[in-house]
Amino acid sequence: MWSIDRDKCMACGGCVSVCPRGALELKEEIIHDKKLCILCKSCEKTCPVNAIKIE
Amino acid sequence: MSFMYDVIIVGAGPAGTCCAKKLAERGFSVKVYDRRKSIGEPKRCGEGVSENIEKLIGKIPERCIAQRIKGARIYAPNGKFLEAVLDQGGFILERKVFDKWLAEEAVKSGAKVRTNSFISDFLKENNYFVGVKGEFFGEPFEEKSKIVVCATGAESALRKKALDIHSPLNLIDSCLQYEMSGIETDSDFIHVYLGNQIAPRGYCWVFPKGKDRANVGVGVMPGKEKARYFLEKFIDSHPELKKGSIIEVNAGCVPVGGLPKNAVSNGLIICGEAANHVNPIHGGGISEAIISSHVAADIISEALERDDFSEKFLSKFNDIWWEKRGKYLRKVEKLREVVEKLSDNNLNDFVEVLKPGDIIDFTRGSKLSVFAKVLMRKPSLVSLAKHLL
Repeated sequence: MWSIDRDKCMACGGCVSVCPRGALELKEEIIHDKKLCILCKSCEKTCPVNAIKIE
Repeated sequence: MSFMYDVIIVGAGPAGTCCAKKLAERGFSVKVYDRRKSIGEPKRCGEGVSENIEKLIGKIPERCIAQRIKGARIYAPNGKFLEAVLDQGGFILERKVFDKWLAEEAVKSGAKVRTNSFISDFLKENNYFVGVKGEFFGEPFEEKSKIVVCATGAESALRKKALDIHSPLNLIDSCLQYEMSGIETDSDFIHVYLGNQIAPRGYCWVFPKGKDRANVGVGVMPGKEKARYFLEKFIDSHPELKKGSIIEVNAGCVPVGGLPKNAVSNGLIICGEAANHVNPIHGGGISEAIISSHVAADIISEALERDDFSEKFLSKFNDIWWEKRGKYLRKVEKLREVVEKLSDNNLNDFVEVLKPGDIIDFTRGSKLSVFAKVLMRKPSLVSLAKHLL
């Protein structure tokens, strides 16, 4: 289960740059494509402010 | 096929607008799109550059410069520092003003720029990139061009869509920065703090913008503890910073390696940070982005004159960039691979024995044999030293 805390998120796109599947995109805010995501946690680990959680 | 423009560039950072300016000066029609509402905002970096940048883009207007610096102080984990003075000096920019100035320069040369334009994908025909599709005020649009340049930075999904480029976790640093006011700092220098407890693999920085204002930030290898944890710990341990106020927060991630052998396809070039064209040891990307974009503009001009937009022809971009920058940045990447394995004691020793001038050469990928010789003095570091030779 992928989730993001929008209050914490700075919309910096760091998570987008590490996603190996192209499952993330930065528009106004971060957009997540559940169908492409493999829950690898790259985004969770990269986030500078701990906004992404994968459980 | 009818094309609206010779070249469409995605991204109005330094890479995009410097590429646009060069092409427009040569009489080509160029359009630059940027996702953000305002060019240069939010800022993504420490804003430091060496004065050599003026050799690439000419004199920078005073309004873009927050502070002139003489060089860098590199602090070992034990607090001792060495002072590396740059021959030319350097600047701490106001990126919001600087990036807008670069965009204005591109426009003056004849390029068209439009912000608030999210590009979601490329248009492709017969295996060629032929334009972009996106949204402006939420309304969809499509535009065609003979060549497309992806200069989005690493934060966009487009580089992955185009050439499957992404930055694996071991090749990216996670960064957070507070612009602080009411602090005290020696504004003649940028201040760089090394240490495995301070910033694993990366460093903490204080880049002054006047005597009482600075960008205070950290870049670290992604891990259990986040950039924010290290930044707050750093500020807490420095009373001269702790007494200040946070007037801006910036986040971002910077590629520190993974230079792609190929950054082109039929009708497409990826340049700047989107192609990981960043200095892998300090994460500085402005100058590298501009050099990369100028190489791209030269190749694109030639391609347009010959009417040949094939991957085969555009691959000259790879050849020239690797000859001009890649081979040096690859050496810097090797140095980074070695430095990140050093213990705090090793780092203390280094700051003690290295000559200030050498540090600047190392970050440019030269004199690495000097660094290797210093490593060789410690038997435990001989294998690391060999990595540099």
